[in-house]
Amino acid sequence: MHRQSRRSWPKLAALGIGLVAIPAVAFGVASSRRRADIRSDNAPGFTARRSFGSFDVVGRSVTIRKPRDELFRFWRDFSNLPEFMENLDKVVPDDTESGRNTWFIRAPAGKTFAVETRVVREIDNELIAWRSTPESEIETEGRVTFEDAPGERGTRVGLIIAYKPVGGVAGKMLAKLLRRSPELQARHDLKRFKMLLETGEISTSARCRTDHGATQQASSHTDRNEEQA
Amino acid sequence: MRALTWQGTQDVQVDTVADPEIINPRDAIIKVTSTAICGSDLHLYDGVIPMVKPGDILGHEFMGEVVETGASSTLQKGQRVVVPFTISCGGCFHCKISQFSACENSNPVEKQDASEMLYGHPMGGIFGYSHLTGGYSGGQAEYVRVPFSDVGPLAVPDHLDDDQVLFLSDILPTGWMAAENAEIQPDDTVAVWGCGPVGLFAVQSALAMGAARVIAIDHYPHRLALARMLGAETVDFRHSNVREALLEMSGGIGVDAVIDAVGMEAHGFAIDNMIDVAKQKVGVGADRASALKQAILAVRPGGRVSIPGVYGGMTDKFPLGALMEKGLQIRTGQTHVQRYLHDLLAKIEEGAIDTTFLISHRLPLEEAAYGYKSFKEEQNNWIKVVLKPGMDASGAASRA
Ligand SMILES: NC(=O)c1ccc[n+]([C@@H]2O[C@H](COP(=O)([O-])OP(=O)(O)OC[C@H]3O[C@@H](n4cnc5c(N)ncnc54)[C@H](O)[C@@H]3O)[C@@H](O)[C@H]2O)c1
Ligand SMILES: [Zn+2]
Ligand SMILES: [Zn+2]
Repeated sequence: MHRQSRRSWPKLAALGIGLVAIPAVAFGVASSRRRADIRSDNAPGFTARRSFGSFDVVGRSVTIRKPRDELFRFWRDFSNLPEFMENLDKVVPDDTESGRNTWFIRAPAGKTFAVETRVVREIDNELIAWRSTPESEIETEGRVTFEDAPGERGTRVGLIIAYKPVGGVAGKMLAKLLRRSPELQARHDLKRFKMLLETGEISTSARCRTDHGATQQASSHTDRNEEQA
Repeated sequence: MRALTWQGTQDVQVDTVADPEIINPRDAIIKVTSTAICGSDLHLYDGVIPMVKPGDILGHEFMGEVVETGASSTLQKGQRVVVPFTISCGGCFHCKISQFSACENSNPVEKQDASEMLYGHPMGGIFGYSHLTGGYSGGQAEYVRVPFSDVGPLAVPDHLDDDQVLFLSDILPTGWMAAENAEIQPDDTVAVWGCGPVGLFAVQSALAMGAARVIAIDHYPHRLALARMLGAETVDFRHSNVREALLEMSGGIGVDAVIDAVGMEAHGFAIDNMIDVAKQKVGVGADRASALKQAILAVRPGGRVSIPGVYGGMTDKFPLGALMEKGLQIRTGQTHVQRYLHDLLAKIEEGAIDTTFLISHRLPLEEAAYGYKSFKEEQNNWIKVVLKPGMDASGAASRA
């Protein structure tokens, strides 16, 4: 029904859902559908009471009252992601055509470090999956899906991120950052995405700009840049 | 600016704090001309609502003049507006179906976790309440930052003065929604627990919606007298056995609908209430729900239970069996203020609804702490306190 975009990798199509290293069950939908007859519940795989080996997997869904294509387009421009992903400083597209990006992740003490990813699968208005390149210090994969919600409810957006902390300074830092509460992080990021798209801003209860936390909570890009400076 | 801040249990004071500023494009800054103390503020004052922090500015019933607007605000400087206590974005699923107090976007992301854990879902934002509902600075102040100012604030015509429209911010729609939730039919007898501002407006609304009889319950003579003035019959729970009285007054059928306008700090010496008082004192988060329990026992089978009274935690010995076996319907919630604003403003303009009878005291903002203490300790005479930031302290004649 939805055409496969030409950006998808024929080579990686063999990987099914586009994810290599972690158990497919974590990424849910497709596998759970296939196994519907033998499984006794329809819950997304990432909600399972089990662990996924050396990978940390976080997943979360949110319903956003906006059309699928608008949300897809916003997400597909990875440079938009830092607007609502708290730990992300910026994403620099290295090669738009092949979907290569470098993510600069904020680390403690004002440092950032880079993770190189490429889009491994993309279906227009439906799915974007990315994965770290072999050169990357950190092994991570993520997938965002968009499906119509019933009636006027807009679009159901699902985000799943898996990562495997590896050695090295960067690996340890990332682990520390995400392990703090990866579930919370994914939830917060998706909620900010929802706020931004539904209301045009990100809510804050700060009273004035100098309030502790005001700049961190406030929506605009300029705030983030000021904070960096 | 000057503002009333919470410092601890039964400890509030007027402080000098930083002025609010426009932060998001849809914000506006309101210069407060009138702001009221609510029964909900007493729950904060008494420390029974979790996550209120020292320094928090209280107040969720306020109105005033627009003095600054963000780039996307639809308000104009100089406009006079009443501000709903619930903050709503207007664009999410719940706002679109008019369930404004369940707005998914008005409670900042970092603040949503606590209520999500406590209640299974995050709450919407509320001014001057708890960090469960965003920790927004409230309206008992000279100025307030109002987010989503294109959705909430209602412009009011100049020929209506503050006292006539201030209560659109909360208690008037709350009383109205309480009566609406009771699904009143023409021959109904409706019982209302609590003759505070919310209960009194519920009495007024139930009669306006065509209830044949309204019976109001409290123990303060002056508050009961106000209910009678509105057209209700009354029961003083210190004098009479409430359940028996209601059964007899309704000819043995039981009342058709009940409204709990008391909330989590019910008065009285029923044994379950005394145990709940003790638990609240030691901080186990038990809600004193004796009025609600009584209401559930008093309502007829198949009847309706409407709960505008606020609860925050858990309660013991809840009459679950009565609820199920009698086939009751329950409706409750923080009021969807924006849903009722225009209709109620029209009724005020037509003269069909008066709200000013409620106001017993007007004080300058500087005397807010005295207002809290009196409203808490002298409920018989202190019915509703309106604070006026602009009022000269020497003009506090009502203090006498
Ligand atoms: N749902 C909402 O959106 C909303 C909005 C505003 C207020 N409220 C809540 O409504 C409740 C009432 O508010 P208010 O401003 O009228 O408060 P209030 O404190 O002025 O009035 C409460 C009244 O209840 C009476 N009362 C206490 N125990 C009783 C009992 N066992 N039986 C009968 N009456 C009893 C008290 O004597 C008092 O007159 C509070 O819980 C408040 O938080 C809810
Ligand atoms: Zn109130
Ligand atoms: Zn909303």
